[in-house]
Amino acid sequence: MIGLAILIPVALLLGLAGLVAFFWAVRTRQFEDLDGAALRILNDEGPKEPPAP
Amino acid sequence: MTVATSVFAVEGLRCAGCISKLEGGLAVVPGVASARVNFTTRRVSIAHDPALDDDSLKQAVERLGFVAEVFRGDLAPAEDAETRRLLKALGVAGFAAMNIMLLSVSVWSGAEGATRTLFHWLSALIALPAVAYAGRPFFTSAWAALRHGRTNMDVPISIGVVLTVAVSLFETMVGGEHAYFDGATMLLFFLLAGRFLDSAMRARASDSVAALLRQSAPGGHVIGKDGATQWRAAAELAPGMRLLVAAGERFAADAVVEQGQSNVDRALITGENVPVPVAPGGTVLAGTINLDAPLTVKVTAAVADSVIADIARMMATATQSKSLYVRIADRAARLYAPAVHSLAALSFIGWMLAGAGWHEALLIAVAVLIITCPCALGLAVPIAQVVASGALMRQGVLIKDGSALERLAAVDMVLVDKTGTVTLGRPVPAAALPLSDAETPVALALAQASRHPLARALVTALTAQGVQPAAVSDVFEAPGLGVWGVVDGMPVRLGRPDWVGGEASGNTLLTAFRLGEGPLRLLAFHDGLRPDAAAALSRLAALGLPVKMISGDRPEAVAAVAGPLGLAAESELQPGDKLARIEALQAQGHHVLMVGDGLNDGPALKAAHVSMAPASASDVGKTAADLVFLGDRLLPVAQAVTAARRTMAVVRQNFVLAIGYNVLAVPLAIAGQVTPLVAAIAMSGSSLIVVANALRLRSAAR
Repeated sequence: MIGLAILIPVALLLGLAGLVAFFWAVRTRQFEDLDGAALRILNDEGPKEPPAP
Repeated sequence: MTVATSVFAVEGLRCAGCISKLEGGLAVVPGVASARVNFTTRRVSIAHDPALDDDSLKQAVERLGFVAEVFRGDLAPAEDAETRRLLKALGVAGFAAMNIMLLSVSVWSGAEGATRTLFHWLSALIALPAVAYAGRPFFTSAWAALRHGRTNMDVPISIGVVLTVAVSLFETMVGGEHAYFDGATMLLFFLLAGRFLDSAMRARASDSVAALLRQSAPGGHVIGKDGATQWRAAAELAPGMRLLVAAGERFAADAVVEQGQSNVDRALITGENVPVPVAPGGTVLAGTINLDAPLTVKVTAAVADSVIADIARMMATATQSKSLYVRIADRAARLYAPAVHSLAALSFIGWMLAGAGWHEALLIAVAVLIITCPCALGLAVPIAQVVASGALMRQGVLIKDGSALERLAAVDMVLVDKTGTVTLGRPVPAAALPLSDAETPVALALAQASRHPLARALVTALTAQGVQPAAVSDVFEAPGLGVWGVVDGMPVRLGRPDWVGGEASGNTLLTAFRLGEGPLRLLAFHDGLRPDAAAALSRLAALGLPVKMISGDRPEAVAAVAGPLGLAAESELQPGDKLARIEALQAQGHHVLMVGDGLNDGPALKAAHVSMAPASASDVGKTAADLVFLGDRLLPVAQAVTAARRTMAVVRQNFVLAIGYNVLAVPLAIAGQVTPLVAAIAMSGSSLIVVANALRLRSAAR
């Protein structure tokens, strides 16, 4: 029973962490271009610097 | 710096290299702040200086080797607030379902007594907030329906979920054996998945009538009695006023030419791209463009009576008939909801009569509600449509409305416009260009200096050959005549044949080029057929769809295109005539697919059962059509019909699967044999089968 008392909260917390990550991903619009994200990893250059004002 | 954002649909995006080429290439264009490609929707959104207009951005994209068309109206699906809300609810439901399942499996594997009660309490702890959050889309919709005395698919869902959670909570309090928290959350998860996909497909309102009115001129320069000109808004123009219209300006009202000679681009009204010469006494229409020389015109009709306003009115009325279409999923829901309610109520009453206690009878009624909850049914239509539209998108067909595929599958007749639909709608060289290697770079440099349609066509043709422009000095454009310049001390000219030094020609698609004292080169252009027009039309015929051409162009021009393709054709049709043809056919019970591009096709595109437009179409054509296809090929029209038919076949199979599952599972539930374990397996099993069946559509667009 001691095992349960530790493992169940751990399992729930991990799940909750996943949920929080999911909300963050939705809010930062990472689900908008799934095919593009799969291809962008092949591009060598890093993220571009914003152009000088 | 203020920044404007423009969105373009781009053809030719195929790989990771294309993304970086387009984004990197655009970022260095002066005035462009940044560019971001959305590969999934084949669009690029460009943040730029507002001074940069759509046309120059489009050219910038084309210089990088892609074909771009302005994309207006709806935003990318995931930007839509409702879609995002559903996605979050889906995430919460998924989290809850997985964690409760973790606990439920232990219960099913034999946890007893205090452990079972603890696990049930933990499940309740997760399920209650999750259901309250993730169930909101259903609860609000069900409540709205009930308040108006109606019922919809969300009513049995909401009752099912709330009742299940309530009964499970009661069971948990009394230490009972079965709690259905996992069933309730998994149900929400599958239903939200269907709802999310459906929302991603739904049309975002884009107003084609507004797009039309954007294209009319805001006003014009009125000539006063003293000869001075004064700018007046379009609404203030009245018949009898005289307007001065500069070259390149749009006419603000229908008018008669009093003074001057010019060519008029009537593409907006007729869709035909050959400029029409006008002289005193000729009529010009609001929205058309004066190309070459200033004209003095006398207004004949107030703006509200102009041809363009007529078209707007026709489109507004044509839209009303289409909104009556009921989607197949909604038709299914209308039958389904009452059936489910009655079944659950009947099993409750039946078991009460059979002598079971209210507690047992209620548990069985809840099991019936869970089993019959339309998970698979809710997924059946949207998953098929999403997979098929993804397949079509890879072929360059964008679907603007989820029900477009349903309607497309029912089509039994196709009407096509000529210019811009069966033909490319832009001039292309009629034969190989008779220019020497020394001449091509100079011709390109001169052509780049002009915005005349033929100069643009020459630029496209020469750029495609890999020609680089030569350095030409003193470039000067004589409006209506051509472009003049100096290269290596020699004068060069590109323009009207009689201006360049040849004979005058009545053919407005003929231009001439001369380098120094070199020979005169005549460059002939024509509005070419789409390269695969014949193949596409014969494939439509093979699909059992008779094709007919309806055009606003002259009979000879229509016959020249329709004849070789073996099409029946009607010519010189006004926008209202096209609309009337379609309404007559649909009154006979036909389902018409209209393919067209121009403003003159707007009412017809709106009235037809379903409509398609090329991405190069006018704004009005694009917003009025249900589907838009990219590129120079016509084959996507036939591919879309094939894909739509296959989609509906899969949708019907999915309905059979979902209903078949109910036929098997419901008797078990009524007999009281459905434990939470059986419910979980049945529910996920049927949903997965439906999804797997829909995935077969990935190659539907061939």
